[in-house]
Formats: sequence, C-alpha cells, structure tokens
Amino acid sequence: MKVRQLSVFLENKVGRLAKVTHLLGEANVNIRALSVADTHDFGILRLIVDDVEAAEKCLREGKIVCRINNVTVVAVDNRPGGLAKVLGDLNAANINIEYMYAIAEPKSERPLIVFRFSEGERAVAALQNGGVEIISEKELFG
Amino acid sequence: MDMIADLHLKDFVERRALENLQLERLRETLHRVYQNVPFYRQSFDRAGVKPSDLKSLRDLSKFPFTNKADLRDAYPFGLISTPMRDIVRIHASSGTTGKPTVVCYTRNDLEVWSETVSRVLMMGKVSVDDIVLISYGYGLFTGGLGAHGGAERLGCAVIPMGGGATEKQLMLIKDFNVTGICCTPSFFIHIMEEAEKIGFDLKKTKLRVGFFGAEPWSEEMRSRIETGSGVRAHDIFGLSEIIGPGVSSDCEARCGLHVFEDHFLPEIIDPSSGEVKAPGEEGELVFTTISKTGMPLIRYRTRDLSRLNYDRCDCGRSMVRMDRVRRRSDDMLIIRGVNLYPSQIESVLLSIKGTEPHYQLVVSREKALDDLEVRVEVSPLVFSDEVRVLEALRAEISSKIKQLIGLSAKITLVEPGTIERSIGKAKRVLDLRKLN
Repeated sequence: MKVRQLSVFLENKVGRLAKVTHLLGEANVNIRALSVADTHDFGILRLIVDDVEAAEKCLREGKIVCRINNVTVVAVDNRPGGLAKVLGDLNAANINIEYMYAIAEPKSERPLIVFRFSEGERAVAALQNGGVEIISEKELFG
Repeated sequence: MDMIADLHLKDFVERRALENLQLERLRETLHRVYQNVPFYRQSFDRAGVKPSDLKSLRDLSKFPFTNKADLRDAYPFGLISTPMRDIVRIHASSGTTGKPTVVCYTRNDLEVWSETVSRVLMMGKVSVDDIVLISYGYGLFTGGLGAHGGAERLGCAVIPMGGGATEKQLMLIKDFNVTGICCTPSFFIHIMEEAEKIGFDLKKTKLRVGFFGAEPWSEEMRSRIETGSGVRAHDIFGLSEIIGPGVSSDCEARCGLHVFEDHFLPEIIDPSSGEVKAPGEEGELVFTTISKTGMPLIRYRTRDLSRLNYDRCDCGRSMVRMDRVRRRSDDMLIIRGVNLYPSQIESVLLSIKGTEPHYQLVVSREKALDDLEVRVEVSPLVFSDEVRVLEALRAEISSKIKQLIGLSAKITLVEPGTIERSIGKAKRVLDLRKLN
C-alpha cells in the first residue's frame, strides 16, 4: 500500500529547482505531485513521479542529493468535511503527521492526499479501520 | 648515488654518528650561504654571528631565522647559493597573495629529494615490485614531480597521472593493477566517493597503500580512508621551501612522523619569542636544510605547529619524530577572541555519523561582531525528506562546536560538490573580514 516518493535536497539558490526539473524532463520522468518544504537556507523537494528509479538515477548522476522513501496516499471524499474525516481518524488513533500535500489529478473523481507519518504501519491500520481508501502505486499509475 | 638498501639503513643510523654528520653538514651549509648569498651575509652580520661560531648543533640557535617574506623579497632567484648554471629545476608554490615562492634545485638537491621520498615509500613497504600512481598535480607544484622522483628512484613502475579525471584514476587503478597511490587526502576521499557512486569497489583492487599529504588531515580522516577503501594511509609531510613532499613521514608504528634529519634539521621554537623549546613541547616547526646546495634555507619558519620526540621509535628508526601537523600558527582564526583552527571543525564533523569532511568556514563581520558560518555538505547518507531531521543535524553540529570550541556558529547545509575539491590544497577558510 506504500507509494514511493523521491525527496531532493535543494540549496536555497537561484536555479536549483529549475535544474532538478530539467534533469527529470531530460530523463523523460513525469512529475505527478510535488511539494517544497523550505527553511531559511535549504529546501526539500518531495516528488511523486511515474518512474522513481529513473528519476533517482538521473538526479544522482547530476550530483544532486536525493533519496526514496515511502509515503501513504489516500483518497478523500470530494465534499465538505472529507479531509476532516481522515484527519479525525488519525487524531483518534493519536498519530502524528510529519507532512502532507495534495496530488493534482484532474481525472480522479476524488482528491488524493500524500501523507508522511512517523508510524506508517499504525497509520495505515487506523485509516483502514475508518474505511478510508488507500491508493497503491499500481492504482496511482495504472 | 646510494644503493636502495643503503637508503633504508639511513633511517636507523646511530644517534651520535647522525649528530656528527649533521654538524659537519650544517657547518658547510652556513659557510656556503654566508659566502654566496648576500641576504644571509647581511642577516648574519646584523645578528653578529659568523659561520665559525657554530661549535655544536646547539649553536644553531644563535643564527637568525628565515621567513616566508624573505623568500618573497628575494623573488625570484635572490636566495640561490650556486651559479644559475648549476640549477636544474625550478618549482614555485601557488602564491595566494602576490608573487609565488620560488625554489631552485641543483642535481644534488633532486637526488636528496628522491632519496627522502623513496625512504618515505619504504616506510609503507613499497618496493621495486610496486606500481605507483602519482595523483598529485604535476607542474610548478612540488607534489607531482616530488613523489614521482622518489617512486622512480625506488624502481617502482610510476604512472604520472596528475590530479583530476577521477573516473580515469579508477580505471588505471584497476587496469594497471596499481598498488600504491600518492595524492592529497581530500582528493583520495573524492576518489572514494566517486568509486562508491559508480559501484566501483576499491577493496577489490590491488591498491594497498597511500601516501597522503600537502594539506593537514586528521586521524579520523585516516580511519575513514582505511575502512572505506582498504588502503593503508601514510602521512607524508613536506613544504616546497625545504624540498617538497618528503621532509618527514609516518612509519608502521604511527606515532609521529620521522624527519629525515640527516638532510633537514628541525627545531621547535616559541612563535612569539623565537626561543628554542625543549623536546616534547609544542611550538612552531623550524627547518634548516643541511645538504641542499641550490637554495639552502637557514632556520626557516614553517608556521606549522608541532612537537619533537627523540625517543627511539617502536619501528627502530633513529630519526626524530614530529607530531603530525594539524594546525598552522597562521591558519589560526581569532573569532570573537576565541582561537579556532579549521582542524577542530573537521574533528567535530567527522565525529557525527554520516557527515562528510567537506566543509568551509566563512568568517564575516557585521558591525563590530565576528560571525562564523560553517558550510557543510549534505551526503545522501544524512539527507532526509523531513525538515526536522536536517534541522536536528544542524543543531547537533552547532552544539558540538559550541561545547568544544565555545563559539556559536551558523551551520549551513549545502549541496555536495559546492565546496571546491582540491588537487593542491583545500581552501577551508573564507575570511571576509579583511575586505571591510
């Protein structure tokens, strides 16, 4: 049920994000979702891409620090309170969210949200108990 | 030229015989420079000493020092003590400010040089059967040709590769069955990183020994090199003014670097008073060359801080040992009144798992206060998708620096490769205060 995410270290300098996206484009990697966490002097770019191995390879070759880690993608109901329901389930199970961001997926009927939990297994169990749909990598790119 | 076996024996000569040889050579050198170099004639006269005042080795302390500035003032050939026609090689150090420092060698000096470098290599059990890759820069820098000459004298198969072209270095190591390498420690770490990146296992090659020098490095770096590559790492010390690499080196016992004192006479002085310090006390390292004929230097102040140990080494060599140089008296930064050596920051970084020894110190001054910024490269090993993990790394580095050195430093994480790798020497410090 895990989806692999590629995280990239970015120095807070002009042109760094442009370089990363350029390398991915050259390697024919399509970006499906992204989020940037920024601090005063560095940023972390998090990407969901259609070919995570190719993406990692091309960035490593470009001497860019990156790593692959697992995230959880869930579908939320497309109505007021849809996201609140999911967060409520997590809160009830006392699960901390490291960060989250949305996937822009025009074709999907339901919005998809990427979650990073410190306790991934427990979070997935809590969500499944609450009847929340968890999206696999295959479903995401299938 | 001496036979190779005889060169090895020179390291084990009995102390009294060594001192007799030193006194004889020193006396000859003092006469030579007083006769032939106007700078030395004037400086001895000013100090009221004559070469004939040297009755014992201790009398050397009556003679004046030579400073780096004297070499610059004598640019380019003011300090040579021989007719120009006897000079067969000229090297020059990369002068970061102003003119380079020039050193001239006679045929005799090149022989001294290749002798001391081959004695270094023998400490790493290198022999005629070895294939040695020279990855120091060639050219005006003494590293390349100096290491080359020693390995060739020993009868090794020498590959004059020079620095850079890391992938090609790896190719040669593998294809040529290289067993020994000479380069800067930071360049070797760069080679190791490159090897890892392309899935090249250095441990599966024949490479077994390395002679690393031309920049200060630490025990932590040594163990990183040895565990990461399986290469036994020797510290080779030298400076172009004295001869180049091959002034001293560590043996298998690893308890200091044996100075080839039958050629280079070391002293330790108090850097402020100039007084000679007792064996075992730390101070500035001073060398007098006693067998060179091209450009002998009398009591040359190196600015390197070290200590001398005259006890017999476990390896049996009689040559005095100097502590490995980790600090230079002029590398020392004074930040908000606190003394800081770049090597201290290196030790902090190496003590934190996963951080790379690639760093740069940036000192600036806003209004009246000095600011220290430490730029540290992020390795794939420590990188995380979570901000708090990287912030925790920053906090850990910062608190260790605070604890050990007593300075608050701003830690900046930068992308790998941002800090310039050196073929010659690493530029560890950017002092922006001078510009104000």
